[in-house]
Amino acid sequence: MSTSSLSEDGRTGKAGPAFDFGVASGRRGASTLALAAAGLLVGGIALALYWAPEDADQGFSQKIFYLHVPVALTAYASFAWAAWKAFRLLSTRDSRYDLESYTAVHMGVIFGLLTLVTGSIWAKISWGHWWSWGERQLVLFLIVFLFYSAYFMLRYSTEPGPRRERNSAVYALFGVALIPVSFLAVRIAGTILHPTVFTHEGANLPWEMFLAFCVCLAGMLSLAGSLYLAELAGKRADVALRDLRELLA
Amino acid sequence: MIRARQLSKRFGEKRVLAGLDLDVARGEFLLVTGPNGAGKTTLLRLIAGLAAPTGGELDVDIDRAEVGFLAHEPLVYRELTALENLELYGRLYRLPDRGERTGMLLERFGLWRSRNERTATFSRGMLQRLALCRTFLHDPALYLLDEPFAALDTEGADLLARELEERRAGRTAVVATHDPEPLQSLATGRLVLA
Amino acid sequence: MTYASDVAALARKDLLLELRSRDTLPAMLLFVVSALVVFHFALPAEESERAETGLLWIAIVFTALLGLTRAFAAERDQGLLDGLVLAPCDRSAIWLAKCISVVAFLVVAEAVALPSFALFFGPVGWELVVAVALADIGIAAVGTLLSAVAAASRARELVLPLLFLPLAIPIVIGGVGASLAGNPASFLGFLALYDTIFAILSWASFEYVVTE
Repeated sequence: MSTSSLSEDGRTGKAGPAFDFGVASGRRGASTLALAAAGLLVGGIALALYWAPEDADQGFSQKIFYLHVPVALTAYASFAWAAWKAFRLLSTRDSRYDLESYTAVHMGVIFGLLTLVTGSIWAKISWGHWWSWGERQLVLFLIVFLFYSAYFMLRYSTEPGPRRERNSAVYALFGVALIPVSFLAVRIAGTILHPTVFTHEGANLPWEMFLAFCVCLAGMLSLAGSLYLAELAGKRADVALRDLRELLA
Repeated sequence: MIRARQLSKRFGEKRVLAGLDLDVARGEFLLVTGPNGAGKTTLLRLIAGLAAPTGGELDVDIDRAEVGFLAHEPLVYRELTALENLELYGRLYRLPDRGERTGMLLERFGLWRSRNERTATFSRGMLQRLALCRTFLHDPALYLLDEPFAALDTEGADLLARELEERRAGRTAVVATHDPEPLQSLATGRLVLA
Repeated sequence: MTYASDVAALARKDLLLELRSRDTLPAMLLFVVSALVVFHFALPAEESERAETGLLWIAIVFTALLGLTRAFAAERDQGLLDGLVLAPCDRSAIWLAKCISVVAFLVVAEAVALPSFALFFGPVGWELVVAVALADIGIAAVGTLLSAVAAASRARELVLPLLFLPLAIPIVIGGVGASLAGNPASFLGFLALYDTIFAILSWASFEYVVTE
């Protein structure tokens, strides 16, 4: 006879990754990062506004570059992080990477939206239009932004479970493949379809500008990092709460 | 052959299986019973590899090629004939003698005369018989049957019972059913899901 | 050899199914011709050849979407993907076979679309034909994978276009560029690059999309 039966204590099985969801260490890490972000951003903006020299061609309006480019790079970094977590999910089948990948995509989309907004403002200031198809970086961003927005559509319309995790992970990986391909596409499109407008960054960036830029970049990355950790902790708390509720039910 | 420890499966908010422990050795015939919604289908899908557990462990020590699975759906293409469907599965399961096996199984389940008809014209009972042909086509060492007697008339039920008896030796089976009576004589174990 | 025969068996099955049911292909043919007629009325008189070519590519992309929505229809509605996933064959063979049939459908649709375009608008150059052929591969590769991804969602007909269109943008850029540029080589090369990258990615990730 086989020994098959429901275990008596089936109802009180382990709740999963739950109660120790690293809140303590997460909180510590997140708050140091948030502090660093605040410091770097304030410092960076101060440097950008008061210390770095003004651009010869564009004057004061060029200062938005210190916001726009770091935000853009942070968005790319978020998507790359999301793809890495997605890859880990597929290779280890560990569900915890799903939340991490999802949160990273969320960060990327937020910063992506900021990129488009700051880029649009810059375009308006520079040559009077809110949008320019000749602005290659912005067009590339629009494509990537659309792609990752569809990621959310996919997630919301799929039942939670291993299926949704794997589909989301595969899609996130497709995103990072799309970025360089679209970059190339927009570049060659420029030769025939839309004339390229002059790019913003001059060939030589004075070292003061570069320093201010780096501080701002570090600040943005820290900001994204702390938001990421905060949101992740919140999501994990939700999962733990759900598991707990189920146990008690 | 099949080993589960604290196996759980949850669909979104709903938990279907919780903390299940299971051991099925080679050659056993396990009956899984329980009311609707107890998780019988889910358990079979987990063993077949069509679903992944959300908690606990599950070890199934057998190759995909040796597993036969009878699902709720017959898993046959409506626009293809019975013969074409079995031919497709025969190819996918790498059976060099698929022609003979197909013929034999269709005969055994009383479908030989309808072999060239599109399965869209089949009755529910005929579809179930064809699904059984599909399940046994590659002579699996482990077969997982989800409500095998569903929709079968008495003749079909007899054919199935005969088939199961003849395939008993040296093979392992897990059969989910809400009516265990016809299979009592074959069963070596019973799992009741609640 | 068995991988190839798996793919052959599955592709044969898909083509046979379409031959019997005849629901997807006629719809695609009718759609593409209707779209071209709509485009004529949507373009102001004396509009350029460039705009027309662009619209042809739109027609192709949306006709492809029509076909792709139906790609896994049988498998989805009748749970048949389970039957294929249970089989010992490599899951990527399912993807490849489906791609082959999608390309076949697209080729038939274009065999109608391109002459219609030549009739309604203007001549069709060899660059356009080659670009369309290359684009078909990319569309089929990515579209087949996304069709399986969307199949798991509750709103599959809505989700598939949303997932597909951003990925189709580079294809359209390559295709329109190749049709209109003085030197189509770089655009055709780009399309080939797109096809390679996304075909490999889709081939490798299909397994993860259809299993749990």
